[in-house]
Amino acid sequence: MDRSHPQHQVLHMRRSLFDQGYIDKEQFIQLEELQDDANPNFAEEIVTLFYTDSARLIQNIEQILVNRPIDFARLDDILHQFKGSSSSIGAKKVKEACTQLREYCCAENAEGCTRTLQLVKQEYAVLKRKLETYFQASISLYL
Amino acid sequence: MAVEDKRAGEDGAIDRFPIGMRVLAVDDDPICLKVLENLLRKCQYEVTITNQAAMALNMLRENRNKYDLVISDVNMPDIDGFKLLELVGLEMDLPVIMLSAYSDTKLVMKGITHGACDYLLKPVRIEELKNIWQHVIRKKKIEPKNQNKSPNQEKGHVAAGEGGQMVMSTGNSDHSGKFGRKRKDQDEDDDEEAEEDGNENEESTSQKKPRVVWSIDLHKQFVAAVNQLGFEKAVPKKILDLMNVEWLSRENVASHLQKYRLYLKRISQQPNMVATLGGQDPSFMHMAAVDGFGDFRSLSSPGRLSSTSMSTYQPGGMFGRLNSTAGLTIRGIASSGMIQSGHSQTLRNSYNALGKLQNAMLPANQGQKNFNGVQASLELNQLPQSKSSSHIGEFHQINDPTAFTPVTNFADARATPGTSTSSLSSSSSNPLMLQANLQQQAQSRGAFGNQSSLGMVSLNPGTFDMGVSGSYNFLDYSRRNESCQGAGQLSKFPSNSLPLSEPFSHNQLSHTHLSGNLPCQIGNNLLDHSSSMALPIPMEDSKGDMQCQATGISNVIQNMNFIHNLSHSFSNVNSLVSGKCDIGPFRQNMDQTSTVSNKTMDVSLKDQYNGSSPYLAQHAGVEKSSLDTKMKSNDDYLFEQSKSQDGFSQNNYESLDDIMSTMMKRDQNDALLGDGEFKFDDYTLGSYM
Repeated sequence: MDRSHPQHQVLHMRRSLFDQGYIDKEQFIQLEELQDDANPNFAEEIVTLFYTDSARLIQNIEQILVNRPIDFARLDDILHQFKGSSSSIGAKKVKEACTQLREYCCAENAEGCTRTLQLVKQEYAVLKRKLETYFQASISLYL
Repeated sequence: MAVEDKRAGEDGAIDRFPIGMRVLAVDDDPICLKVLENLLRKCQYEVTITNQAAMALNMLRENRNKYDLVISDVNMPDIDGFKLLELVGLEMDLPVIMLSAYSDTKLVMKGITHGACDYLLKPVRIEELKNIWQHVIRKKKIEPKNQNKSPNQEKGHVAAGEGGQMVMSTGNSDHSGKFGRKRKDQDEDDDEEAEEDGNENEESTSQKKPRVVWSIDLHKQFVAAVNQLGFEKAVPKKILDLMNVEWLSRENVASHLQKYRLYLKRISQQPNMVATLGGQDPSFMHMAAVDGFGDFRSLSSPGRLSSTSMSTYQPGGMFGRLNSTAGLTIRGIASSGMIQSGHSQTLRNSYNALGKLQNAMLPANQGQKNFNGVQASLELNQLPQSKSSSHIGEFHQINDPTAFTPVTNFADARATPGTSTSSLSSSSSNPLMLQANLQQQAQSRGAFGNQSSLGMVSLNPGTFDMGVSGSYNFLDYSRRNESCQGAGQLSKFPSNSLPLSEPFSHNQLSHTHLSGNLPCQIGNNLLDHSSSMALPIPMEDSKGDMQCQATGISNVIQNMNFIHNLSHSFSNVNSLVSGKCDIGPFRQNMDQTSTVSNKTMDVSLKDQYNGSSPYLAQHAGVEKSSLDTKMKSNDDYLFEQSKSQDGFSQNNYESLDDIMSTMMKRDQNDALLGDGEFKFDDYTLGSYM
């Protein structure tokens, strides 16, 4: 088959997302399976929702870490949500970074939190980029 | 049971169950919520979503039968997921599944202890969701069976219960042993009853089993029964018997009891819970009321005596407290305090009002003293005894703030069981209000389903003198559950019970009256004891009761003092409860009034309880006086009441208004409280102070 076939490209991207551990395969496939006639772009919609929500959460976390004294309890709540949403779409690396951040939060280690937050942001940015590319490419499949 | 039927009719999904199972999903995270919704839809369930726990509660309360299952996130900004879980479990008896991104053992344990059917980890997989319907079936399975058995058991129990309510409580201790035995019996009965109890069987073909709807009335009855038996000794079988509800099975009661216990534990650990939950949520209040009712009951019993005293105290104060602690219980007490005004009269009035509500519980028999009035009123109004219990609960409700404020609203109090307490507090000093509250509460209580004496308890509020104490008693009562199973008794009360009123006659001390009524607890003893009015404070009743009583009395006293410290009293109540006749603890609470009064109460209570009818009155009198003095500061009125004994004895159902006015008058009269006029002497209960 033609390698440059859009379908192949998309599939290839998918596979690399999975293989590289950015996205949890089963979870993502589950999302895609939820797509149907009523929800043709469910996976993409969810992911888009994830972007906005994550941006908000990250911003909240940053604010918390800037304030003194640091509200670790609230940070834990926010992380709970962040972890939940990232795992819902299968954002593996982001989720792992969140887990790490939570550990520092539980230990009330402000510096650890700040450092790990950077990691979270980084993973999030990478994932977002990859997913956006992936979905753009997938659209071409429907064209 | 009824629920099941509904389900069948609703979407025709019953036969296709689990297809069409109605799930309510709650999660503040929009992504998780959306994914969950879609996953559930994929499982062919009927999904409703909301991202606010408060909204979810409203939806559930609005129509619990609309949903089969609730899935809720653990971390939510507005209401803690665990609290929601508890509330749903208690109020609606729906299976709840917790959802969380964290799998800490502690959290999972917390979920379980709060009653979650399951704890799922995010991200949720569809495979897991495909099996959640099992929880619905499981719940259903248990309840229908209970229903089957109950008829027989109930009858047997009821009879037994009356005579030996107190005894029962003691007997309950080895209930576990019996219980096991009973279980077997029940199974047998079950089979028999299965035939009788058509509901479940009819639908048994579909997996759904009729779910027992624990209405307010039913719950009230339940709480009353529990109070009557004594919390520790409350065994499902006995409760069932006391409740005397045909279609209810032991299993139903058992599972409800379990939830109730969890609930009580929870609120005792979180005194603010009620405030938070209850305050905000009428439903919660309701629940609280319901539960509180139980608690209430326990509390009230002790407080019975104090009710009179309580009345003098600003009910509001108490009330406020109540709200916070037991939400309901306090309310009850508070309200009772509020009612002070005319305890007997008011009580009556309130009762009358209550009666409408449901008080049928208070069979006119009881009419003996104030209590009678109250009860009678309760009864008069309606409910048959068994039901009256529910009333009582309602009555309590009236205590609730809502009830309180509008005296006139009395009748409406019903609506907001929860709220009533609040109103109560607000009105606090308004005896009339109390009455109103009481009634309201009573009304609201209705929901409680007090089957058990609860209604009775509410009565007390009416008598308000007791009201306060009564309500307090309620609280105590509930606490006292152990000792005072009165709750259940209340219903039984009618014949004897009124004994409470007798003692009360002394004061409005409806306290005595209440004691009888006390929510049941005290009343139970009293009530059942037929004629031993001394009843009011369980104190006498079997030792357990004594405690209750003492507590009740102390409660009352405390209540008076405490009314402000309602919450405190609540706790006190507990102590009271435990301390057989040991008002001491109570007293401490009373801070205000001074322990002295408590003592007297104890004494009087004891005496009274021991069998002399005016048990309370006497003691109450004594204590009351001490109390009065104290109370004076709080509210002479309360004491007034005691003085007025007659007020109490009024039992006659004067309209609540009358009671209120009477109470108010008392107030003016005096100081009864202040100087020990409390003369409880014959009040026995009335003086509860």
